[in-house]
Amino acid sequence: MVQNSRLYALIASPEARLAVIAVLVFAGMAALSPDRFLSAQNMTSMAFQFPEFAILALAMTLTMLTGGIDLSVVGIGNLSAIIAATILTSFAGAGLTGTDALMWYGIGMGAAILVGACAGLLNGVLIAVLGLPAILATLGSGLIFTGLAVVLTNGSAVMGFPAVVAWLGNGLLFGIPVPLILFAVLAAGLSYILTRTGFGLKVQMFGANPLAARFAAIDITGMLLRVYVSSGVLASIAGMVVMSRANSAKADYGSSYLLLAVLIAVLGGVNPYGGYGRVIGVVLAVLSMQFLSSGLNMLGVSNFSRELIWGALLIMVMIINSRPDLLNPFKAQRAKS
Amino acid sequence: MFDLTKINFARNETLVLLVIIGFCFLAALSDPGFLSLPTLFDLLRGSIVLTIFAVAAMLVLVSGGIDVSFTAIAAFTMYATAMLLNIYAPGVPWFVALALGMLIGGGLGAINGVLIAGLGLPTLIVTLGTLSIFRGFMLTFIGQKQITTLPAGMREFGRMMMIRGENADGSFYALPWAFAATVLVVVVTWFILQRTMLGRSIFAIGGSVESARRIGINVPATQFFIYVYVGALAGLGGIIHSSMARVANPFDLVGPELYVIAAVVLGGARLAGGYGTLAGTMLGVALIVLVRNSLVVIGVPATWQSVAVGVLILIGTGLPAWQAKRSAARAA
Amino acid sequence: MTPNSAVQELISLKRVTKTYSGITALDDVNFSIRKGEAVCLAGENGSGKSTLIKILAGVEQPDCGRIEFSGVEQGTLNPRLSAASGIKVIFQDFSLFPNLSVAENIAFSAEISIGAKLFNKKRVNDLGRTTMARVGVDLDLDAPVETLSVAHKQLVAICRALATDARLIIMDEPTTALTEKEVRALLAIIRRLKADGVAVLFVSHKLAEVLEVCESVVVLRNGKKVAEGPARDFDSKILTRHMTGRDVAAASPKPIDKAAPELLRVDNLNKAGAFENVSFRLHQGEVLGISGLLGSGRTALAKALFGLVAPDDGTITLNGKRVALGNPLQAAAAGIGYVPEDRLTEGLFLLQPIARNVAIGMLEAHAARSGLLDLRSLWDETADWLKRLKVKTSNIEAPVRSLSGGNQQRVVLARWLARGPDVLVLNGPSVGVDVGSKAEIHDIIAGLSGQGLGVIVISDDLPELLTTCHRILVMKDGRIIDDVSGAAINEADLAHRLAS
Repeated sequence: MVQNSRLYALIASPEARLAVIAVLVFAGMAALSPDRFLSAQNMTSMAFQFPEFAILALAMTLTMLTGGIDLSVVGIGNLSAIIAATILTSFAGAGLTGTDALMWYGIGMGAAILVGACAGLLNGVLIAVLGLPAILATLGSGLIFTGLAVVLTNGSAVMGFPAVVAWLGNGLLFGIPVPLILFAVLAAGLSYILTRTGFGLKVQMFGANPLAARFAAIDITGMLLRVYVSSGVLASIAGMVVMSRANSAKADYGSSYLLLAVLIAVLGGVNPYGGYGRVIGVVLAVLSMQFLSSGLNMLGVSNFSRELIWGALLIMVMIINSRPDLLNPFKAQRAKS
Repeated sequence: MFDLTKINFARNETLVLLVIIGFCFLAALSDPGFLSLPTLFDLLRGSIVLTIFAVAAMLVLVSGGIDVSFTAIAAFTMYATAMLLNIYAPGVPWFVALALGMLIGGGLGAINGVLIAGLGLPTLIVTLGTLSIFRGFMLTFIGQKQITTLPAGMREFGRMMMIRGENADGSFYALPWAFAATVLVVVVTWFILQRTMLGRSIFAIGGSVESARRIGINVPATQFFIYVYVGALAGLGGIIHSSMARVANPFDLVGPELYVIAAVVLGGARLAGGYGTLAGTMLGVALIVLVRNSLVVIGVPATWQSVAVGVLILIGTGLPAWQAKRSAARAA
Repeated sequence: MTPNSAVQELISLKRVTKTYSGITALDDVNFSIRKGEAVCLAGENGSGKSTLIKILAGVEQPDCGRIEFSGVEQGTLNPRLSAASGIKVIFQDFSLFPNLSVAENIAFSAEISIGAKLFNKKRVNDLGRTTMARVGVDLDLDAPVETLSVAHKQLVAICRALATDARLIIMDEPTTALTEKEVRALLAIIRRLKADGVAVLFVSHKLAEVLEVCESVVVLRNGKKVAEGPARDFDSKILTRHMTGRDVAAASPKPIDKAAPELLRVDNLNKAGAFENVSFRLHQGEVLGISGLLGSGRTALAKALFGLVAPDDGTITLNGKRVALGNPLQAAAAGIGYVPEDRLTEGLFLLQPIARNVAIGMLEAHAARSGLLDLRSLWDETADWLKRLKVKTSNIEAPVRSLSGGNQQRVVLARWLARGPDVLVLNGPSVGVDVGSKAEIHDIIAGLSGQGLGVIVISDDLPELLTTCHRILVMKDGRIIDDVSGAAINEADLAHRLAS
């Protein structure tokens, strides 16, 4: 009996359940194809793969915490990558090396992040000042950002960067993939902001009850503006990673990442109606997804079945989260008697 | 008599209609040939499948939910029906193909219905999940290759034309019978929404779920119906799409679900539920199709299409939102 | 027992008990009502009144006990069955559909109960029209209900209840939105209903107005039936004693220092459609009551003081400085606090921990310039405030939802007091609070006034106003029509001024 309750305590929070799922998926994949799944090569390749969409999931998490959503992240990522790429190809070119290349890369990245911040600011104004529902505001603005990216490039890819550009997406730092480090820093930073700053607390309280937040004299407009600007900046960083890995920028890169980012955030226990969500949950959800898709890939399962399994995983987790007592036979029996 | 003073300019329908008229006026100025039957038929043909989807999306919005899985249902249904018929009954007439599509679509919708009405899960997440599931299932277990030889019934349906005409330059224009299916969908949905207690219950639930429960409306049954009906409509839309395209491409259709919802909101439906009209929905679709097809006519390059649609969505949904915010501030 | 022998008893509940997650809402309650009888069901918030209504309406099922209609025991009820048996509830929130027309709102449940599949607009309009005529109301059948005033919404709710054969009409807090004239019209309707053999159950925490049409009174307290008898044996004082379990001493607040300096002055505040030409002064240590019926403008005025409603013109001056209008952030920064009326939706973050619900008010005071919080000092001060306001909880990390109404209100108070405001606006400070906590909240108000805070109490709970306020402003149709000293007026007089 006591053991039963202890076991139940282990899976009482959504994050704990996710941790169990992540471990189970990892163990399952390791058991099914031990040589390949556990190989160093697979570990590194996974570490290079997931950060770009995981960073988008962080942006989604932040906006969902306020009860909103940011459907424009992919558009922002591509638009800012195209701006950076245009700067790089116009002023630097493929052959440039040394500090000059580094300088132009820095300018390009700065411009990209500025574009992300401005795009996020537009979303924030639409939502916080004009009162549009976040889902429509970011849907519309996302179309505009993607559209501008098309207009700027006529829909073709921008390429021909200095070699330094490849470092962000493909490099190693102390033997660890750079994108992984970038994601870890951003995730830790977001988690720190959410739990240790007044802004983070306000984000969560506003998401829990916007009306009560207004009655508690919280600066809602300022808070929402900062949320969407941050989301835009995160999206532009993800755009930089994608650009580096693809060694090019294009208006329609990563279009499947939007739904994936929403899926990961929700799977990670973030309440899409706001007020609850922890970065650790999102990280665990990202890992589960990546283990699952790499593992399935090795087992020769098609890419498309991943989508099926992700969807099924999401629905399953939702059912369990809405009825956690289903997991506890001990409690369920007591309730019946 | 038509009374100009009775026009309510605050209504979305009116706004959208005015924008459409303005657009057509501009287009006619730069191309006098714009106001012609071929243009109209182009517009109508482009709206056939979108309108069916939009009607489905509107129904869900009215009930206070949101469904993003209907495009996946449509793709699944279209592909599965074409494949099933090719293997087992390639010769069945077109109406059997349509009926089978609605059946499969309704069945997939029932899965949404069970999760939403039965387990009480949030609509957005459920349909997001089933979107992946339906699409993933189709591509994994049914197939990934285009079906270029459709079953005879679907081929025939795609070729059935209501009206044909010839332009002065000898090119042809036509309106397929599929358009009649869309009209039928609108009429049937209008009847359900305006003339049955079921339809009024959908509005009631969108207005206040708690009140609906208190006066004895069977909320789960009503919700279940909505998702099955929406599934059936999506299935129908899928079959019509492939009949008209003369190919069943499993990668078609999925993607624009949110634009369809945006078109419906442009037409006056509210994300919070309880409001939505068929007229507004059709106008919203018409505007989106018009911009997509004819932006070039008013002198905007085609590459700006996506920007134009985005601006339309922001203005179309922003104006009412801003008005609502201001009137909420005015009221105590 | 055959059905016939008990035919007099239209509805009876026998030994009904209902618990919600461990809290007993109704404890072994017997209740019955006869044909053509009007009964008052009295009790404070949380006494079990609403649970009893919900059980009769079939919205909730009792844990044990029996329900009989005309002597016939009923199985499990649901809203449809209950309505089909002629039990019609007018909920306090009216439970209308804002997006549907007046006619549809009136006729919807009638159409459901006859099992209609098709929506017959003519029948719906006819039913709407005849019912309104019967009740003596004249509203546009096609108007969406969201466009109606509160009083008209209530009339629509009454019409809905009467649209079909009603055998028992339950009215939850029937008079909160009505003027005296409208109450008289309502009572006339009730008398007609009774003559037709319809039973009426009034459920309220202030029943003086309806006592005259009632045969008997039942009083609930903490889920138990504590008193029952003919209506003539009750007056509002006796009712209050039964409802609260003690004699509420009509103590007046401690008089304030005559020389107390002026704290807040409001001059010619206007808001079209809400209030007009509102001017008043508030001194240090003074408790000022603002009262009026629902829709009199009292809530809009309260919100305007805190910037939640933007007045069209006028000025608010605090400590000699103008306060920006229509901006809660500026109002709060200037030193005005606001405890909202609807604690559950406006006051609290229900699923969030108790501690966060308090801490959200003092983030700025515990944040470094970088925005980083000094968590230790934040949680220390939070715990300190919870202790000072005697919030009873074993775990301040538990969701605030788990607290009782009284403790929840103290959490909201703690949030504001932690900011050290000069003026605190309390909108309905003891709504939904148990008797013991109510007295303690009144003590807190007295304590704040003792510390020199200016307190504004917005309430329609007359004994509460009389015990806490030095001065009471009475509002009607958006204007202040009376400015009376709390010591110089009694409850009956105040009630008359309110509803005149």
